[in-house]
Amino acid sequence: MTLLKDSWAALRRYTPARVGLGRTGVSLPTIQHLALQESLALARDAVQAEFEPDAISAELRAFGFETLTCESAAADRATYLRRPDLGRRLSPSSRAALESRRGPPLDLALVVADGLSATASRRHAAALLGALRDLLPAANWRLGPVVLVRQGRVAVGDEVGALLGANAVAVLIGERPGLSAADSLGAYVTWAPAVGRRDAERNCISNIRAEGLSSADAARTLAALLQAARAHQRTGVLLSAALAAGTPGGVATLTSGR
Amino acid sequence: MAHHQNVGTSRYLFEDLKTLLARASPFRSGDALAGVAAKDAVERVAAQRALADVPLRAFLAEAVVPYESDDVTRLLLDGHDGRAFAPVGHMTVGEFRDWLLSDEADSARLSGLARGLTPEMVAAVSKLMRLQDLVLVAAKCEVVTRFRNTLGLRGHMSTRLQPNHPTDDLQGVAAAVLDGLFLGAGDAVIGINPVTESVERFVELTSLLDRVRRHLDIPTQACVLGHVTTALAAMKRGAPVDLVFQSIGGTEGTNRSFGVTLSMLAEAREAALALRRGTIGDHVMYFETGQGSALSADAHSGVDQQTLEARAYGVARTFSPLLVNTVVGFIGPEYLADGKQITRAGLEDHFCGKLLGLPMGCDVCYTVHADADQDDVDALLTLLGVAGCNYIMGVPGSDDVMLNYQSTSFHDALYVRKVLGKRPAPEFESWLERIGLVDAAGQLQQVELPAAFRPLLGSV
Repeated sequence: MTLLKDSWAALRRYTPARVGLGRTGVSLPTIQHLALQESLALARDAVQAEFEPDAISAELRAFGFETLTCESAAADRATYLRRPDLGRRLSPSSRAALESRRGPPLDLALVVADGLSATASRRHAAALLGALRDLLPAANWRLGPVVLVRQGRVAVGDEVGALLGANAVAVLIGERPGLSAADSLGAYVTWAPAVGRRDAERNCISNIRAEGLSSADAARTLAALLQAARAHQRTGVLLSAALAAGTPGGVATLTSGR
Repeated sequence: MAHHQNVGTSRYLFEDLKTLLARASPFRSGDALAGVAAKDAVERVAAQRALADVPLRAFLAEAVVPYESDDVTRLLLDGHDGRAFAPVGHMTVGEFRDWLLSDEADSARLSGLARGLTPEMVAAVSKLMRLQDLVLVAAKCEVVTRFRNTLGLRGHMSTRLQPNHPTDDLQGVAAAVLDGLFLGAGDAVIGINPVTESVERFVELTSLLDRVRRHLDIPTQACVLGHVTTALAAMKRGAPVDLVFQSIGGTEGTNRSFGVTLSMLAEAREAALALRRGTIGDHVMYFETGQGSALSADAHSGVDQQTLEARAYGVARTFSPLLVNTVVGFIGPEYLADGKQITRAGLEDHFCGKLLGLPMGCDVCYTVHADADQDDVDALLTLLGVAGCNYIMGVPGSDDVMLNYQSTSFHDALYVRKVLGKRPAPEFESWLERIGLVDAAGQLQQVELPAAFRPLLGSV
């Protein structure tokens, strides 16, 4: 048997894609087959990872935040994955807990959710919010408690923001793991949060991770985005259009499709 | 019209055709999410039995999405070919299944019938079929299209070479193109998903793919899978566009969510035809679809996702595409939860598209949050090979580093060709032999980087 080495392995210099893998017959060599299986295993485990609100809370309190732990209407991970509608709403008990916390209006509600990678929110959310706090002067930005939502989707922030009487909400949430990154965090900003907001009414910053956009850089981009949202009293495609001349780096509106 | 069915001591009522179709649909998570699925297995089989008794003609009289409010419905019904329909016009859905499986339904008769069938008719009959039925009937269909080569011939299976890069880096794209060509991929199309919708980048990528193709004299076609409006703008700037791509769906509202109308598709097709770039044919459109897109766009009108998917093929058919593929596992577990649902959906889509006369391919794929893995990809890939699927995707090492999902690899395509004795498109295979990548028997050769390939990486 001859294992056919790909004489083109040099191609790997140009792309992170899995080029130049070689072949045995027409098939993947064992070493490449197992490398793919390992990447898949890491990503699949990241999807199933447990949210760790206590650990995130401890870090946030060290930065001076108050925190409140909630859950969405999706009772478990399997339900969460198949019922996005439930992940977008709070459970009845969490809704009651937030209603009881409502005080004077807030400038910004902050939400951390597990999304599709609890690993991402565990690793990056507290550091990002700590950096963000330094960039938003307390005199101008009245912040509420950081609400930690288990089995949450982006839109759960709409209900949280509305219940807390906030002008805007920022949701930090684990993005769907891929084979190259299983701990990528996304940050979504929605002006005038209310249940039923559409994705086109949000702006997002994605790929927040050590090898992508750092927490510190993400905090600067997020702060700029929040200032812009406040200045224009809007988010989403309308804000993007208003900022067309000078959109902050890395900010995008949500688009769907492959 | 309401439909009734007794099973045991229970009597089931289905208030109209769309409800009957939805309840008869084999279970998938998207129909449950939309609230249209049967509540249990017995209700589902009751619906299937009632559906088997529905005359095919009923689908011409009762639209599942209202004619007045949906341009896809108008397109489908106004374009129906009554003469082509005549041979099966007296049948019920159940009788139609029996006929499709019979030896009387041969390749020529099925091809003649295509324009007489509506998407709802083929969706209905697919709901009464097992996987082997979907494979057997599809394998009898032969849908051949041409641009610079001949795709879809019996005994051949092609690949889209998908050289995506996370930042559209031109050298990175070129490296993946060369890797794929080296492994015999790219006869259906060399097609890249761009990261941005910028017209400038679209023109750059289109020009890159055109340079590579001309330099190596490859009998294939290229496509940058940007939005149809981006392709139109690029063509106005003189970009060398072979194929125009667009994602489409089965309702007017779904297409609106993709930012596209039927007249925009027609305009783009005319613009691509006017470039006269095809050498042996003028199929210039490339469409992608996938079950769940209408629900995702909140434009499903209470119709099940598989019926809506078939309606998307009705849209595609109007524009004589070179390629159509269903991106079956991309959308996520809320629509297709696991390997079992993805497998069935892929075979349903291929069957429905082929019966409607479309050059069907399939992106056999999954995301990491679905309950599926590489074994599920292998199983569906093999089944589609047996069913005569026109083409599949070829992604380096199965891992799309831009779209973050897993699809079939260059190696997977070689596997399925090898076990099923399939060949690439004939013109492309001759090219592979000419350049020394395969021998006369079609076996891949162990070669160094061909001299002709070397300058490409340095020159992009």
